Amino acid sequence: MNPEMPLARGFSPVLAGATAGRVLTQLRHDPRTIAMMVAVPTVLMILLRYVVANSLLLNRVAPEYIGVFPFVIMFIVAAITTQRERARGTLERLMAMPLGKLDLLAGYGIAFGLVACVQVTLVLVVSLTWLGVTLPGSAVPMAVVAVLDAILGMASGLFASAFARTEFQAVQFMPAFVLPQALLCGLVVPRDQMTDVLRWLSDVLPLSYAVDAMQRITAAASWTSAISADIAIILAFTVAALVGGALTLRRQTS
Amino acid sequence: MRSAEPGDNAGPVISGRGLIVRRGGRLVLDDLTFGLAPGRVTGLLGPSGCGKTTLMRVLVGVQAITAGTVTVFGLPAGHPRLRARVGYATQAPAIYPDLTLDENLKYFGTVLGLRGRSLEEAIAATIDRLDLGGLGKRLVDTFSGGQLARVGLAVALLARPDLLILDEPTVGLDPVLRRDLWSLFHGLAADGASLLVSSHVMDEAARCDNLLFMREGRFLAEAPPARILEQTGAPDLESAFLALAAPARQEVQR
Repeated sequence: MNPEMPLARGFSPVLAGATAGRVLTQLRHDPRTIAMMVAVPTVLMILLRYVVANSLLLNRVAPEYIGVFPFVIMFIVAAITTQRERARGTLERLMAMPLGKLDLLAGYGIAFGLVACVQVTLVLVVSLTWLGVTLPGSAVPMAVVAVLDAILGMASGLFASAFARTEFQAVQFMPAFVLPQALLCGLVVPRDQMTDVLRWLSDVLPLSYAVDAMQRITAAASWTSAISADIAIILAFTVAALVGGALTLRRQTS
Repeated sequence: MRSAEPGDNAGPVISGRGLIVRRGGRLVLDDLTFGLAPGRVTGLLGPSGCGKTTLMRVLVGVQAITAGTVTVFGLPAGHPRLRARVGYATQAPAIYPDLTLDENLKYFGTVLGLRGRSLEEAIAATIDRLDLGGLGKRLVDTFSGGQLARVGLAVALLARPDLLILDEPTVGLDPVLRRDLWSLFHGLAADGASLLVSSHVMDEAARCDNLLFMREGRFLAEAPPARILEQTGAPDLESAFLALAAPARQEVQR
């Protein structure tokens, strides 16, 4: 009935930066959450190292998990943070102020992106040194893919939170959205061994391309166009989730 | 319905015509036509659930309208140019409990367009005005109920708005703080701001320059307190409200 406000009314780098600063300051006041966000993927990798025990197998699976853990953690953190903005009324207050939706989304993207960089750096350094994971080439492609996965997780969490009425529901989106992807992305069973229907399903889920990219990086010493294609798909999913997030951030409710 | 009674020479700050809001099939605002006089404290009084909050959300542009028009300073309610000129405080404080008072005010001030020196001055003036001195470095999480309510108001006052929409700002507060807040509201009106203050507590009605009595999505009266007493012949405003709500009087009195 009522014309919805346009998707974005311009974009202000100052307001996006202020929002990122605000989100990071909130985290700074909550050291336990920072510690969990940064350390949990690394702790899980250490655990994986001892579960797998076989160094050949570890070399194959560790990179796949490096792509998945940051995604999962960022998803849940972003989903809950956004749900809290809604529940506390701060989102409504901001929507009544001169803040663009893009400013808000970009602010979250910058803040969680920075946290993702720290998270991925730690997990890579520990994996490649102490845990003895070896790569055929440089660690940079892996770091790039892992950070992009983390940002994809954040964008998906932001989008998913629009469908959660309560924080309790937002928490449950983790298993509901993420676990099916974890089962279908090639971690458990290689995607080319799945039946057609499962294969099609895995083709439309973003995490599959994260695992694909990691597999290609461990298989070849140099960058290939197939890795670029995987990254392009991950970026496309991220943009789609952010646009979905912007569309579900309503300035007006009916 | 009655039209506005500006009372002085300036036109109305807010002007509503045939405003209808339906939420989930329920008629919440039922064909409201009204005006808000400038430089006054207008009380929006009525029982819980009568539509006060919905009306206020319409005025700041976060509630979709089913029919009718509402203008604020001559622009459609919620227009981007209004967002820094209209201060809005919801019933819940709608601030970040995991930030300090200073950090909250700095972020919201930046969103409202304040920068550098003018931001610092606005924060200092607002802290002083709401008697929050010495609390700047404390996490809002640790504040008392009365302090929290004042932080919510502080954000609304920060950019010295021309219009303040305050949803039950004094409900549940101690008598001394309530008296101080009402004198603050009148001080702001004396400085030229217009205020719309809602309450379901009738003994606050006498503190307003002008009253909007509301019940079940309709206005029962729109006049200064003295005029309402005169017209109804009631001894106090609570009795006047009951007299105006006469068809449902027994139900209200039980």
